Amino acid sequence: MSNAILVLAEQVRGELSDITFEMLGAARALAQNTGVPVHAAVLGGEAAPLASKLGAADKVFVADAPQLNLAPADTLAAALKALLERTGAGLVFLGCTNVSLGVGSILAARTGLPLVNFCRALKADGTTLVCTSQLFGGKILADVKLGDSRGIVCLYPGAFPVDAGKSDKSPAVEKVDLPVEPPKVTFKQYLEPETGDVDITKQTVLVGVGRGIQTQDNVQLAEELAQALGGAVCASRPVIDQGWLPLSRQVGKSGMTVKPRVYFAFGISGAPEHWEGMQNSQCIIAVNTDPKAPIFDGAHYGVVGDALDLLPVLTEKVKARKG
Amino acid sequence: MNLYVLLKMVPDTVEELNVAADGKSLDAEFLRFKLNDPDEHALEQALLLKEKHGGKVTVVALDAPEVDDVLYTALAKGADRAVKIPISQAALGTIATAKVLTDFFRSPGRQITPDTLLLPGSYAIDDLEGELAPLLAAALNLPFVGVVCGVTAADGKVLVRKEFAGGLRAEFEVALPAVLGIQSAEKPPRYVPVAKVRAVMKSAKIEEADLSPPDRPMHLEIERAYKPEAAGHAQILEGPPEEVADKIVEVLAKNSVI
Repeated sequence: MSNAILVLAEQVRGELSDITFEMLGAARALAQNTGVPVHAAVLGGEAAPLASKLGAADKVFVADAPQLNLAPADTLAAALKALLERTGAGLVFLGCTNVSLGVGSILAARTGLPLVNFCRALKADGTTLVCTSQLFGGKILADVKLGDSRGIVCLYPGAFPVDAGKSDKSPAVEKVDLPVEPPKVTFKQYLEPETGDVDITKQTVLVGVGRGIQTQDNVQLAEELAQALGGAVCASRPVIDQGWLPLSRQVGKSGMTVKPRVYFAFGISGAPEHWEGMQNSQCIIAVNTDPKAPIFDGAHYGVVGDALDLLPVLTEKVKARKG
Repeated sequence: MNLYVLLKMVPDTVEELNVAADGKSLDAEFLRFKLNDPDEHALEQALLLKEKHGGKVTVVALDAPEVDDVLYTALAKGADRAVKIPISQAALGTIATAKVLTDFFRSPGRQITPDTLLLPGSYAIDDLEGELAPLLAAALNLPFVGVVCGVTAADGKVLVRKEFAGGLRAEFEVALPAVLGIQSAEKPPRYVPVAKVRAVMKSAKIEEADLSPPDRPMHLEIERAYKPEAAGHAQILEGPPEEVADKIVEVLAKNSVI
């Protein structure tokens, strides 16, 4: 049995991300059943002031070496390995995020601990930890057992409640010097998000388009609906990668997180990377030709059909209704 | 530059996926395979780098259904060499795949040179055991950056752009040789006409690399695989477009957006 659960707090520019609290909440729930303590590690020059926000942990380890800011995955993995050796923790939680991608794989390679990726649920079964991971874009779930509850688990954002990892308690904080491997990768600069003509995070209605929109010309059909509704068009990754819409319109893992009153998903399958960015919309209306598209599992309303047939008709109806 | 693109075939999730009788793996019967999306971008990024800075692009893949088509397509797009490793990808987890590819890069004539850049996709949809790029970087002791969306080369180094969240990106400098997990190329992957692929199939050859299969195909044991039981399901609006549109307008009104 692992002596402790170690959660790597995730922060960018001195701000803790939601995934940090999701992981702490998941660790807390597990700790309640197994009695093992929850440790959090916060690394980098901006780490110290963040420790007090991690009250859901029993103990917070702060390594405030500035070289650990946005450090490459291997440098972070080396620091975590040293912390594991020091504390005896054998279960590590990392965010399944762009920020932490690679840290778990390298830590697994260096420690020999098994790694379970894309995890969305955890359950203790005696001393064994059962992890449920989503594979193939969320179409299949797989249960994997970690014997002795030892391993590295990458938790999928949005799968665990944020509030469960927030606490007003003051955690015990210990400053630690962790080894800083000479980095083979050097941070140069931030590239700020493109400021587009519209801020999609501030819209009441978003008309999202995905692969199913088929061509750049068809994006105009969505644009017309958005205009009729006083909203904006946004998109999942494949549409952005095609260059059909600017980066400022991307919703999902690398893009924006949006919570409009109404979110349309036209031709969007609902892969986890997209779902992550729009799951908290108040009302989700999905239109897809595939009746088994995962988007229908989470949407409030669904239409099984071709977005291209529906869009012009819907735009006209909206215009008529608005008069 | 000596550019290697590592290509992986994955089940096409547009098709229905079913669990096999063993309750642990995918039913292969109706499975269709396609190139992992980020890998297609890795190929495009390699071709862009070659066009700008010169060099050679080699595409490497383990054996999988339809992989020959993908390798020939890569050659038609401008890759110089295509290598197939005749070990089936199907039963291998990421750790075993990384082991095979590590052996590949340690085999005679394929060693990493000071100007080598390995370009796998940033992730694959079946990366249960972790991602290939960092595992390969760890095994070959090379620098690694993932979620890369742009690469510029200069003086034996590359400047790479990595995506964070909310549109934020950061630029990192990486000395070669290195492994970069590509999320998206600077331009959309190029299209190549089928006729050109057919012509390449006649003139070019896929090389084969002879390597031993890994001892342990999977490092994690899947206890049970199953389709997710949706917590809820959308209320389906049925009818011809006119009727459906009317129903949606009611929903919009109910949500006070019109």
